[in-house]
Amino acid sequence: MRERHEIRLWAVLFWIAVWQLASMRLDSDILLVSPFRVLCRLGELALTAAFWRAACFTLSRIASGFFLAAASGVLLAAVASRYSRIRELLAPVMLAARSVPVASFIILALIWFSSENLSVLISFLMVLPVIYVNVLGGIRCVDRQLLEMAQVFRVPKIRVVRYIYVPQVMPYFYTACSVSLGMCWKAGVAAEVIGMPKGSVGERLQQAKVYLDTPDLFAWTLVIVTASLFFEKIVLLLVDKIARACSAMRAGR
Amino acid sequence: MEDIYISGLSKSFGSKKVFDSLNLTIKSGVTTCVMAPSGAGKTTLLRILMGLEAVDGGSVTGLEGKRFSAVFQEERLCEGMTAADNIRLVMSPSASLPAILAEMDRIGLDSCGDQPAAELSGGMRRRVGILRALLAEYDVLFLDEPFKGLDEALKEQVMAYVREKTAGKTVVFVTHDRAEAAVLADEVIML
Repeated sequence: MRERHEIRLWAVLFWIAVWQLASMRLDSDILLVSPFRVLCRLGELALTAAFWRAACFTLSRIASGFFLAAASGVLLAAVASRYSRIRELLAPVMLAARSVPVASFIILALIWFSSENLSVLISFLMVLPVIYVNVLGGIRCVDRQLLEMAQVFRVPKIRVVRYIYVPQVMPYFYTACSVSLGMCWKAGVAAEVIGMPKGSVGERLQQAKVYLDTPDLFAWTLVIVTASLFFEKIVLLLVDKIARACSAMRAGR
Repeated sequence: MEDIYISGLSKSFGSKKVFDSLNLTIKSGVTTCVMAPSGAGKTTLLRILMGLEAVDGGSVTGLEGKRFSAVFQEERLCEGMTAADNIRLVMSPSASLPAILAEMDRIGLDSCGDQPAAELSGGMRRRVGILRALLAEYDVLFLDEPFKGLDEALKEQVMAYVREKTAGKTVVFVTHDRAEAAVLADEVIML
């Protein structure tokens, strides 16, 4: 189900060493701060309550956007697979959501709404078309012969969904989640940088830019990368668990 | 239970006419074997009776509100599910697993109840498909070349089991094998 991207410790250490050497060569914290200095700055930030508030602010909003989009994408794909008119109706919307530059969405959203929940909307818009298109593709690839078998035996709809649709659509959903998780973090934080909602990670990044505070910029970037990876692991683990729970037949069913 | 009446049935696939005003009566409570050479429309007839294929003309009566069960030409198993769970899928939630396993034992499927369908041999998959059809609650059972791929010894064992389990039930059985028809059929219809 999952495609593993092997990250080796030696490779990570190699690139950190390159970074360290480059920063020593340039000898300027503004141009390129050293990894050691970034870690020190991150340690300082982590001791403040504002750091955790900002991290939680951004995490909660991007996660909300992601889960909302995942649920909506699955629901819309299920409806669209059943009704061709809905599929036709949604096709231009999904195409627009995929093609319109994220900056346009951000600026439009800032005109229409306040910036506080901007990252929810932007991460939602990034994730929705990916989930929708993949899940719809998965549903349309479900084995017709198994569906006919279920029809002949009059297998209850709930069992058909759980034991025929879910196991076959899950790999598509998993791939969609895997692809869109990184995207929603990048777009969500970009939206915060532009919209600068008070107390967000994006606001802190923007401040780092204004004050040419490169250690802060790198420290916050590290926070985003870590949070994004952590979130991705949790979500993909959750999807895996749900897939297993759904396809494992229990006595009670 | 009433008989199944097929009246004036017509069916074409593009320019190929499969049935042209076909009339048949399938008696209830017996095993009716429909025999015909390959390509004569045996499977199409079963698909029409099961409600999987629309007809161009004519009517089928006597199947309204009836529960169906079937062995298809392909096994149509959920690959990730165990053999026993594939059978349970079509049974009522109260179906007991030990009872299913006991029936599996009877046709040589002992010790593969916990094995995923994807890991079963062709013959085992065939028998799981047959057992699934026999253990489901049904009024009419459709068998489409059910013993395809079974070796002779196994086929005899499974045919005897099917004969026992379907006694007194309405079964529509499609084959081109006269020996199978001789063992199972109460009535034979040549298409």
